[in-house]
Amino acid sequence: MSEREYVLGGADYRGYVRIHEVTPGLVLLRGDAAVQALALAELGLAVPAQRRMIAAGGRMAGWMAPDEILLVLPVAEVAAVLARLALALVGRHHLLADISDSRVVLRLEGPRWREVLAKAVPVDLAPAVFGAGELRRAPAGQVPVAFWTEGDDAVLIAMRSVAGYVFDLLSVLARPGAEVGLFD
Amino acid sequence: MSHRLPSGGLFIDRSSPLEFRFDGKTRSGFAGDTLASALLAAGQGVMGRSFKYHRPRGPLASGAEEPNALVTLGRDARAEPNIAATRAALAEGLEAASQNRWPSLACDIGAVNGLFARLLPAGFYYKTFMAPRAGWHRLFEPVIRRAAGLGKAPTQADPDRYEQIHAFCDLLVVGGGAAGLQAAMVAARAGQRVIVLEQGAHLMARSRVDGAEIDGLSAEVWHDRTAAALDQRPDVQLRRNTVALGLYDHGLVLAEETVTEGAKGAPRKRLWRIRAGRVVLATGAQERPLAFAGNDVPGVMLASAMRDYLTGWAVAPGRQVVVVTNNDDAYRTVLALHCAGIAVPAVLDARAQVTGALPAQVRALGIPVLAGQGIAQVLGRGRVMGVRTCHQAGDGTVTGEFACDAIAMSGGWSPNVHLWSHSGGKLRWDMVQAQFTPDPERPPTGAGGGPLAVVVGAANGTASLAGALREAVLAAGGTDADLPEVTEPDEHPPEPVWIMPAGAPPSARAKMFLDFQNDVTVADVQLAAREGYVSVEHAKRYTTLGMATDQGKLGNINGLGVLADALGAPIPQVGTTTFRPPYLPATLGVLAGEARGALFQPLRRLPLHTQHQGLGAEWEPVGQWRRPTTYPRGGESTLQATNREVLAVRGAVGLCDASTLGKILVKGPDAGRFLDMIYTGRISAIPLGRCRYGLICTEQGFLSDDGVVVRLAEDEWLCHTTSGGAARIHAMMEDWLQTEWFDWQVYILDQTEQFGQLVLAGPRARQVLAAVTDLDVSAKALPFMTSVAGEVAGVAARVHRISFSGELSYEIAVPAGDTGRLWDARLAAGGDAGITPYGTHALHVLRAEKGFIVVGDESDGTVTPQDLGLGWAVAAGKADFLGKRGLQRVALQDPDRWRLVGLEATDGAVLPEGAYIAAPGRNAAGQGNVQGRVTSSYWSPVLRRGIALALLRHGPDRMGEVVELPLIGGGVAMARVVAICAYDPDGVRQHV
Repeated sequence: MSEREYVLGGADYRGYVRIHEVTPGLVLLRGDAAVQALALAELGLAVPAQRRMIAAGGRMAGWMAPDEILLVLPVAEVAAVLARLALALVGRHHLLADISDSRVVLRLEGPRWREVLAKAVPVDLAPAVFGAGELRRAPAGQVPVAFWTEGDDAVLIAMRSVAGYVFDLLSVLARPGAEVGLFD
Repeated sequence: MSHRLPSGGLFIDRSSPLEFRFDGKTRSGFAGDTLASALLAAGQGVMGRSFKYHRPRGPLASGAEEPNALVTLGRDARAEPNIAATRAALAEGLEAASQNRWPSLACDIGAVNGLFARLLPAGFYYKTFMAPRAGWHRLFEPVIRRAAGLGKAPTQADPDRYEQIHAFCDLLVVGGGAAGLQAAMVAARAGQRVIVLEQGAHLMARSRVDGAEIDGLSAEVWHDRTAAALDQRPDVQLRRNTVALGLYDHGLVLAEETVTEGAKGAPRKRLWRIRAGRVVLATGAQERPLAFAGNDVPGVMLASAMRDYLTGWAVAPGRQVVVVTNNDDAYRTVLALHCAGIAVPAVLDARAQVTGALPAQVRALGIPVLAGQGIAQVLGRGRVMGVRTCHQAGDGTVTGEFACDAIAMSGGWSPNVHLWSHSGGKLRWDMVQAQFTPDPERPPTGAGGGPLAVVVGAANGTASLAGALREAVLAAGGTDADLPEVTEPDEHPPEPVWIMPAGAPPSARAKMFLDFQNDVTVADVQLAAREGYVSVEHAKRYTTLGMATDQGKLGNINGLGVLADALGAPIPQVGTTTFRPPYLPATLGVLAGEARGALFQPLRRLPLHTQHQGLGAEWEPVGQWRRPTTYPRGGESTLQATNREVLAVRGAVGLCDASTLGKILVKGPDAGRFLDMIYTGRISAIPLGRCRYGLICTEQGFLSDDGVVVRLAEDEWLCHTTSGGAARIHAMMEDWLQTEWFDWQVYILDQTEQFGQLVLAGPRARQVLAAVTDLDVSAKALPFMTSVAGEVAGVAARVHRISFSGELSYEIAVPAGDTGRLWDARLAAGGDAGITPYGTHALHVLRAEKGFIVVGDESDGTVTPQDLGLGWAVAAGKADFLGKRGLQRVALQDPDRWRLVGLEATDGAVLPEGAYIAAPGRNAAGQGNVQGRVTSSYWSPVLRRGIALALLRHGPDRMGEVVELPLIGGGVAMARVVAICAYDPDGVRQHV
């Protein structure tokens, strides 16, 4: 399939930061260092260091845990990549799964996304600390999320069932008038 | 009378006049005023009534510590009670009302309490309430509540918005005084990220008002330069109007910001959660009142507050001011009064020798300084009209009299050590300055054992500005080169004065207020000591000293001094009460932040949420999920809709959304071995493509969860859990894998939200399914308890032939995003066959008719599989599994345990769920004995009678027996013990 359905119908909020839904494909890989190296090499990607996200050729690999890698890639590639990796990992203990449908993906655009996100997550988002290629998992309000930088923006994933909560939460925090100037 | 001076005022902008209302009257002030300064400027000296005696009170202080001038700000839903007028920034249209007075502030009937002060001694409440119990709710509670109270809480929901923010820095400075700013500057120059929190609207208020000189500049100019320099730095956050509420374990600091600017959409307040590399506490010190008779009469004010009003807001407290002190600092107030053209008839200094530089300046102006003198009596009731003086060392014999309309008092200074103490920092008593200061040897410690914070300046007991700046520079990692030069007069130490005069008679001591808000006097504390309250913590609670909204910021040390004197013990031995967060009262809304209304709690929505809504679903919470219970049509009641849905499943075909079912993928060479440990059954033995019902027990042997396990591949299983158990069981599995069986090769993944799952159940289910798939779903190809992958309605799916209804049933899992397509296709396909969506109500009736248990209904954490007749699902022969050892315990093998049976009311009615089954006799507490209880109970539309499941002692051995169930409200229901399964006991229908 080349597209997947929006969870929130492509929700889009334009506050002092824009928050809108996007639909990349998401693949989860669990395996030891050797499995990770093998699988990511197959995709032309290096193994990301702790709390890092690596991008190459339109795909990304993020460190989620010592034995867990998140792949972010076009939806159209998911099936092929799963098949290719399954083949490459035959005989090696691993777990590979399409998790695209279980997550909502939100893009935060605008120079003050760090500040809006800081209202939700207990993470140091200063550019010098959370710069290009950084990834974090943290609670946002009352639910777990993961997020990383993409160009000038940030991308955040959360569980599908709480997509509305996370979108509403970030929208409220990005309401015009609520600017703090935390990183200005 | 208090009034506005014709010129001056560091904090006000005379070009911006503002109008506001106080007790309904329109008044005017300037931008930069506080409510207190504007009211004083308007000649309004009385701003509130005290809590117990309803005495008229004016502001004693100029900042957050104010105990007296409490008002209600705003009205209706925005009414905010108990706000210190000294903290309330004046705004155009501000509405404020005084509190605790009736009918008016000027004439308060409750003030009669004052005449009966002798009837309301310390411990009054405890003593009175020893009276008969009936007195409580008839007399004491209503009368006292009405008489003794402050503002009223609003009854409407708060319409404002609040938010929180997380911030990180290398250095957090609490306190925007000169020391705090200098620390910030040193750290910022060294490239560090710095946050400065200032509780007030103004930085460096103390040194600006006091006219200090720094680096050859006036404090005002130095302030302008420093603040501008810090404001410009992107790595420095200078947050004014932001109160540090507490310093917590691991160095977390919470702070409440009052958002003053900002358009619509701005939150009213913001809670900061700050993690700092280092915390510098530059929180300053608090001036202490003096305990003389009549020290609460409006017009008596702290000396430092008086010069804040004079210099900061150009407000004079009166035309003639007597100053009474035990230290040199108060002479600054004398000088400020003199500069403002206010007459000072006398300075009363309790010290026998007065020799400092500041007193010398005052004497040089020709102002009389009377050494060794104090106040015997304040003349005037509603406002100060004069003072009578006496020897401080004497018994109050009057030595003189001065006319005046205001009194400035200073009893020395108490360092603001609250944050230091919040997470365990200890204090030591400084004999020279007569104050508690932070003990650097016993700081609050962090996880690494190091100090969480460093205290500098006045908060550290360092009185001089030069000393404060030096400590600040060092704390920020600077050197002598960073030290600004300061010119300041030498100050001589104060002399502790706990009572004025030292030998005051009882009548005077009853008018010396220690805690102004709670009306606690010297006499009260002394009485507590006489009655045996030797612990400061007990004396505090007995007298209510320091228990008001200001938490004793002004009065606690004086109270301690009085208590120590009365006990004849030194102050350090008596000790202080405990400082606990928050430092100032915090708005509850800011603690909730955005978590209100729709964001109060995350609701988990089904992939089909909108489809269910479109069908008019009624909802129920299942954990944080919302699931449809029924889909009523055309005016049906919930029960009618449920019955229709049940009959549709039994008679034709129904469609149910079971997407909330937990779906945990378990994979790896050791997955079978792992699942044999997790489940009571032998999961490793499930053949490929087959399903098996499994139970999970706690280690204690009690049922924890259940569900169908599917063998997907040689090394891969799919474990269905209950809807509420998915996250818990996943976490439990991960826990065992990470801590106990870390060497087993198993990965697990919670796929609950990746797949939507629809149940197609009923005699025509096969027909409907076959219409939308090419899979062979015949009884032969896809028999009961098997599973197959394939396309359904054009979507990649997995079809499990399992049944929670006892009917021919298929559960179809598809990617969550495709669930809508499947639902629509299925409803369309079933259109002619009369497919009926059914909800959790029908699901429950269907399963109960079959005697299928629900974890949480039939089990409650004390029930074993054997209790539920599920012993067949426990492979007792396995070497080990979670709960095996627990199940062998004597209590769990007890033949007298309650066990699952069916119940049938003898009159066919629905038994009340949860009803107990009575046993003969009574227990030790005189209650009727019980032998069981109803766990589930429904109307069965198929059987046309009530059905129930129950746990009953020796239940399965008592078939046919009639038992009694006492009903709430009287009466008894009679029910016959029957088999668990009420419908199709041979299971013919699900095997077709």
